[in-house]
Amino acid sequence: MTKYVHQPLFMTGDEFSIATFSLLDPEGELYEGAKEPDLPRDHARRLYQAMLGTRILDERMMAAQRQGRLSFYMQSTGEEAAVVGTAAALDDADMIMAQYREQGALMYRGFTIDEFMNQLFGNELDYGKGRQMPIHYGSRKLHYMTISSPLATQIPQATGYAYGQKLAGDGHCTLTFFGEGAASEGDFHAALNMASVHQVPVIFFCRNNGYAISTPSNEQFAADGIAPRAFGYHMHVIRVDGNDALAVYEATRQARKIAVEQNQPVLIEAMSYRLAAHSSSDDPSGYRAKSEEEAWRLKDPILRMQKWLTKKGWWSDEEEASEQETLRREVLDTMKRAEKRSPPSLDSLITDVYADITPELQRQYDQLKRHIRRYPDAYPRGARSLDLEVNTSTESQGEA
Amino acid sequence: MPTMNMLQAINNALDIAMAEDEKVICFGEDVGVFGGVFRATSHLQEKYGKARCFNTPLVEQGIIGFANGLAAQGSVPVAEIQFADYIFPAFDQIVNESAKFRYRSGDLFNVGGLTIRTPYGGGIAGGLYHSQSPEAYFTHTPGLKVVVPRNPYQAKGLLLAAIRDPDPVLFLEPKRLYRASVGEVPQEDYQLPIGEAEVVKEGTDITLVGWGAQMEVIGKAVELAEEQGIACEVIDLRSLLPWDADTVVESVLKTGRLVVSHEAPLTGGFAGEIAATIQERCFLYLESPITRVTGLDTPFPLVLEKEYLPDHLKIFEAIRESVNF
Ligand SMILES: Cc1ncc(C[n+]2csc(CCOP(=O)(O)OP(=O)(O)O)c2C)c(N)n1
Repeated sequence: MTKYVHQPLFMTGDEFSIATFSLLDPEGELYEGAKEPDLPRDHARRLYQAMLGTRILDERMMAAQRQGRLSFYMQSTGEEAAVVGTAAALDDADMIMAQYREQGALMYRGFTIDEFMNQLFGNELDYGKGRQMPIHYGSRKLHYMTISSPLATQIPQATGYAYGQKLAGDGHCTLTFFGEGAASEGDFHAALNMASVHQVPVIFFCRNNGYAISTPSNEQFAADGIAPRAFGYHMHVIRVDGNDALAVYEATRQARKIAVEQNQPVLIEAMSYRLAAHSSSDDPSGYRAKSEEEAWRLKDPILRMQKWLTKKGWWSDEEEASEQETLRREVLDTMKRAEKRSPPSLDSLITDVYADITPELQRQYDQLKRHIRRYPDAYPRGARSLDLEVNTSTESQGEA
Repeated sequence: MPTMNMLQAINNALDIAMAEDEKVICFGEDVGVFGGVFRATSHLQEKYGKARCFNTPLVEQGIIGFANGLAAQGSVPVAEIQFADYIFPAFDQIVNESAKFRYRSGDLFNVGGLTIRTPYGGGIAGGLYHSQSPEAYFTHTPGLKVVVPRNPYQAKGLLLAAIRDPDPVLFLEPKRLYRASVGEVPQEDYQLPIGEAEVVKEGTDITLVGWGAQMEVIGKAVELAEEQGIACEVIDLRSLLPWDADTVVESVLKTGRLVVSHEAPLTGGFAGEIAATIQERCFLYLESPITRVTGLDTPFPLVLEKEYLPDHLKIFEAIRESVNF
């Protein structure tokens, strides 16, 4: 019903300040009045192990990038709770459409270290056939849509995917991750609007980690974060402490209930901090103070969860040490194997462009093969896949 | 004369333009304090303040829409799109708005002050979404100018010309050469003409045409060809819209042969436009078919980038085939 006033009334939205839902304090203790979520022991351990696994994978792969073994890498350091806590609250068959920094969700769902490595090294076993940069994972089996680098494009896609799920009536929803930077894109607004108009079971999950590359959030938006945007679209919204895995878990669990039971979209904003560089090509010392990072290190989501688990008697220091050791060894061993594998075959250049290879593309490919036969040393990868002799001493020159 | 790499030359041009005219305003994702992810806008915020050099929110359609409005008002926006691969969210603003502002208003309004800078091209292990050469989408757009420098000297002279040009200009920067291409660049202000090709090397047997990063590759192919006694004429188009057909025609009338090369896919690529025009204007002088050496009709790959890219060997082969036709 329209409400009338008879004096001009301007509003800024300041009257709707949004609180942050938090359960665990940095010492892993429940806040007063906080209710522990219903998270059984094995489930809690699985959640924690994926957080820890993500941290270790990130550390090792960043080191590998520094050694020149890997061309590029992106860490999730500091945001493991936001990502894994979310995945743990979904049904494993709900669709996840991620931005790129959400390897934790994939690890939670059981993507193996082997599978990670094959993509990172773009070898013949990479599902993406060595076409995309490292960290662009995807898994049909695990309901994890392959990453696309253009930001925010997956957000309206998530709305569409979820609408299809609603029509199919299979009781599933879609969750899409994005950064507070990507939330500036037009795609974000289009996605929320369509989701609310069409009553779609989709969860929009914003990882607000304070920075979009060098741009701090106060140069990204003027209002109180991303959460208030939900009001404009008449959508359920919750803001959560992104470094508290339990709170993230509980917020997402309830959001999922709203999505699948009421066919309503939900926006979640997780407040966290990108502790590492944006990517291996970035140097944060050019745009932010070390002291700021240090302050956030004290809120490390992994330590917090570990303390809580340990207090409950569900985890121990010995387990922590042996788990870390096992994971490190597995990552290193697997990396060595993945590095040695062959690159994708030459015809992966022309497959999957269309369902069937066009005659013109086939003609271009035949011409390329003739050319490589003439100069095998200049194209060692192509030559190897055509079974041509290659003088390997020239191979390293060919790599970027 | 100082030596600069291409990024320094671009930075120097922006500095000169901002110092000379306070209406020049630089913005885009991360261009502020940080100076852009490639550092093309380093120190500009420090020098000219936050009102004239700033970070925008992460929204390309917003960046160019904002730039269109700003240019219509009489300011001189130099907007950066972080990678040419991410220019597509702004496609509508560029193609339907920037390019048509003057025409649709009967010249009541125009956005002539607008320059859009963006790094393009492959060879940096960037895969699908950090390697594209989208020039052909834009050369199909009357009202826009499209410029591509090949080295630091050109980058500075052409960028200054673009900023002062009375039409909106899309300035494509070959990112593979940002640090790799180093050369002498005059410290002072100078401009290179937009719409004029440069004959980089004279020769009588065959004409080679390219632009941007491809010029370096053509240079290497020409060395191989000259070892075989083939005298090549090399033309850098420098601007693709408008493009200097006369210079290419004149050359092909002399050599009777033409090879055009670009990184973008073959079909619908700008080489097709050149081939058609030259075929029309030089038909009776052609000694062999005009050849295009380009990327494949596929998205840009990662691991097999070397196989995909038109390199010196592929161009050399095209030269040989043309000469032995
Ligand atoms: C459309 C588009 N524009 C620009 C980029 C380049 N880019 C990659 S990541 C990034 C910052 C993203 O920040 P945010 O969404 O906050 O996520 P975060 O990296 O903080 O996790 C930018 C500008 C891109 N990938 N896509």
